[in-house]
Amino acid sequence: MRRIYNKIEQIVGNVITVIADEVAYGELAKITSPEGSSLAQVIRLEGDRVSLQVLAGTKGISTHAEIRFLGHSMKTPFSKSLIGRIFTGSGEPRDKGPAITENMIDIGGPSVNPVKRVIPRNMIQTGIPMIDVFNTLVESQKLPIFSIAGEPYNPLLARIALQAEVDIIILGGMGLKHDDYLFFRDVLEKNGAITRSILFIHTAADPTVECILVPDLCLAVAEQFALQGKRVLVLLTDMTNFADSIKEIANTMEQIPSNRGYPGDLYSQLASRYEKAVDFEGAGSITILAVTTMPGDDVTHPIPDNTGYITEGQFYLRNGRIEPFGSLSRLKQQVNDKTREDHRAIMDSMIQLYAMYKESIEKQSMGFRMSAWDNKLLKYGERFEREMMDLNVNIPLEQALNLGWQILADCFQPAETGITTKLTEKFWPTIASNSAS
Amino acid sequence: MGCKCGSIETANCHCGRIVGINGNMLTVEFYGTVRQNEVAYVVLGESRLKAEVIRIRGRYADLQILEEPKWLKVGGHVDFTGELLAVELGPGLLTQVFDGLQNPLPELAKQCGFFLKRGVYLDALPRDEKWKFTPVAKKGDTVKAGDTIGTVPEGIFTHRIMVPFSLKGRYSVERVATPGSYTVDEVIAELKDKKGSIVKVSMVQKWPVKVPLKCYSERLMPAETLLTKIRILDTFFPVAKGGTFCVPGPFGAGKTVLQQLISRNADVDVVVIAACGERAGEVVETLREFPKLIDPRTGKSLMERTVIICNTSSMPVAAREASVYTAVTLAEYYRQMGLHVLLLADSTSRWAQALREVSGRLEEIPGDEAYPAYLESVIAAFYERAATVKLHDGSVGSVTIGGTVSPAGGNFDEPVTQSTLKVVGAFHGLSRERSDARRYPAIHPLDSWSKYCSIVKPEDLQLAQKTLRDGNDVAQMMKVVGEEGTSIDDFIMYLKSEYLDTVYMQQNAFHAVDGTVSAERQSYTFDKMVKILGTKMVFDTKDAARIFFQSLTQKTKDWNYADMDSFEFKELEAQLDKMIGEVAARAKNLQ
Repeated sequence: MRRIYNKIEQIVGNVITVIADEVAYGELAKITSPEGSSLAQVIRLEGDRVSLQVLAGTKGISTHAEIRFLGHSMKTPFSKSLIGRIFTGSGEPRDKGPAITENMIDIGGPSVNPVKRVIPRNMIQTGIPMIDVFNTLVESQKLPIFSIAGEPYNPLLARIALQAEVDIIILGGMGLKHDDYLFFRDVLEKNGAITRSILFIHTAADPTVECILVPDLCLAVAEQFALQGKRVLVLLTDMTNFADSIKEIANTMEQIPSNRGYPGDLYSQLASRYEKAVDFEGAGSITILAVTTMPGDDVTHPIPDNTGYITEGQFYLRNGRIEPFGSLSRLKQQVNDKTREDHRAIMDSMIQLYAMYKESIEKQSMGFRMSAWDNKLLKYGERFEREMMDLNVNIPLEQALNLGWQILADCFQPAETGITTKLTEKFWPTIASNSAS
Repeated sequence: MGCKCGSIETANCHCGRIVGINGNMLTVEFYGTVRQNEVAYVVLGESRLKAEVIRIRGRYADLQILEEPKWLKVGGHVDFTGELLAVELGPGLLTQVFDGLQNPLPELAKQCGFFLKRGVYLDALPRDEKWKFTPVAKKGDTVKAGDTIGTVPEGIFTHRIMVPFSLKGRYSVERVATPGSYTVDEVIAELKDKKGSIVKVSMVQKWPVKVPLKCYSERLMPAETLLTKIRILDTFFPVAKGGTFCVPGPFGAGKTVLQQLISRNADVDVVVIAACGERAGEVVETLREFPKLIDPRTGKSLMERTVIICNTSSMPVAAREASVYTAVTLAEYYRQMGLHVLLLADSTSRWAQALREVSGRLEEIPGDEAYPAYLESVIAAFYERAATVKLHDGSVGSVTIGGTVSPAGGNFDEPVTQSTLKVVGAFHGLSRERSDARRYPAIHPLDSWSKYCSIVKPEDLQLAQKTLRDGNDVAQMMKVVGEEGTSIDDFIMYLKSEYLDTVYMQQNAFHAVDGTVSAERQSYTFDKMVKILGTKMVFDTKDAARIFFQSLTQKTKDWNYADMDSFEFKELEAQLDKMIGEVAARAKNLQ
């Protein structure tokens, strides 16, 4: 059986076509040309015509490049020695450490049998009230951070990486600016978190196709650690670059686009990655936090839209704050009844009042007279934004709940909050705080 | 051409070979006869992967593979079965969790561990379990498809063992097994057709999923309300047994939570849940919680009336399409026993997307948003499988279908939502605006509609709906002219509608009492609402009006949270009456 070929029939975008036999769908090949060598993956078979996507891109590839089929699909090494290391999107070392080739495992493996999952039950404390109180992060959750370029989403991820109570952090960078890569590396190193982290970094300067592999590499490694009983947090930034790479390949392959040029299977592609988040019965867990920058701040854009339907909620990061509207942790109900009995009431009523505050602001900006009620809301909203929403606020949950009551008590009468009498009787603070004037 | 079956170029050959692979679409060259939509197995080493024929052109058939296509090769062998995609029907379906192809997932987990393994197909029904059979038909009886031969107890139900639905014409019963325990494969009856040939019948039969079961004497009008214990549904936008409804909404508006609540509380015999292309975590919740929850109707666990078909988003896309059909076929099967069945499909958009993916790979001419042109007729045909039917023996059964729709960008003007709206009887539109304001369930009170009959009096319902509309008009106007530009009467109208919205339309699903409200309590509370809405109120200032309504709202919420039999309930009601009485008296005095 011939496994080496020297004739490329067609080169379009990052996809090459070769005439070859006995090639398997999904098989990996090594392309060697004067420019260097790259891996390529089989993505279509038509008779003896084999189409491959070239990971390092096709730039400079000659029609007589050597194509050697490897007889296996994409793999990554898995061992404890990965911890503390930094790799590229194709799994090569990016730091100065040695390459690791032991214990190769398949990436993009089969999905978990739903009956082997358990209901998520552990809260992950972050010290950020907008997360802990209002949209609690739960172990095994998959949550995107919807944001736009310029927002501090990477610092937010880094802060969560430092503060979250998990065993292993795997950071996947896709299309990352080199500065951002250095930022992550330095922050993790400075705070000693690198000793529990593995980084797979694809920077904007690297070939597009490698970008597609980053989530698969991260999640394949995460899955193995989780099966060993570790609690793994996977941070991905930025999934928009991942989706755009998928679009690029799909368009090169002349697939019929469904919406704004994205292929019809964008949902399934994203889902097969996000669904790796899991809490195994009798083993560890994978939690995924992924940044998705919304092109044009448009949540109906296919990428955030499809993402939102897959993930268990979303955080909106806007103006340097996690927005209370739209932000949602779908799994919070699993844990926030076990924290403190007033947690849910504070969560609901503070947001409802904040919504009313927004209406009052709108009225005010249109020049309408403010009623006594409006004035109360204005006072409340301002304090809520300053003392709860600000991303610099770093307090544990219990303290945040107390602060919530204090703000309510400083601004309203118990009946105005819509909280049931039982709870107000128990928790309503009797002493006004200093900041209330 | 190497055909393994040795019958090259004849109609008997069931072989083919792969000539192209594009994602989950295979092009297969075949030599004999091939049926549209028949099942084929693709041979890969030791395993055989299921695929379905979806297009035939010349000597080539296009197959969608219902598994991951990874590692298939051109030249690979394909076996055609000649049979359409079918499911097994028989006792033992209830409490099960199947994938879209009716593989029992717990059994699969036992054999394969944490991960799903492709090419493993297990028996849907356990083969070693024995069922206690009681014959109904007697030797010499004349029977036809769907008639009861005997029964076995299955959990809380009497499961009818029926004459196979695929048999045509009349048969006479030659032999029926004596009462006793049998496995599903054992012959429990022998039937003789007119020509004298014998058909052996066991407890299990197969039925192709894409063909509706029609063994009934007539379809009836869906008239009886299907109670869900959710106020906004039962009172404002009811669903009827045998009817259809859809729940479109942007992500995060609470579609799935609403579906879960309905699946728990719905007043039906059997619930079939089709988790189609959605999150695995949601299925897990159902899976783990239902066995612990007690069904108040039967006193048994909720799982005993539930079947879950689970093809989550990371499972093979082509099987997603099959999963909704598998689910509706199981629902129809239990309907044939005179039971009321509710099918919840979450989400039909994922199923439509699976159609779109296939259509794209077939390079068909794309319609709106690249969905195929036949999308509408496919959706319509699916919802038409919901029905209330009178069976041959006179008993009545029903299948109610509720589907969620996940429109791209939350915009209802997209093909799947629009095609669905044309064919359903109730529309529960979820709105981002309401979910952002934490007004749950976030069903939009003005946009939604239902063609079915409510549990309250129509004239009362009209009054409530008018209040909501008028209140909304005032709210819109107030955005322009401000509160000071609004008359106090209009303002009171607005407060009344907000009040109704807060204490009646909204419901705390996680509260032990407020979470489920019986029809009786709904009517009782609604009468109170109607009384309050109809009360003429006069206030000196808007602030005074607002303060009154704020405390009224809180009091009513407390009332909602109190057990209906409790002393607290009566006391709070008395306080409410007093508040209303005082305001009404004041209005009277001022006149």
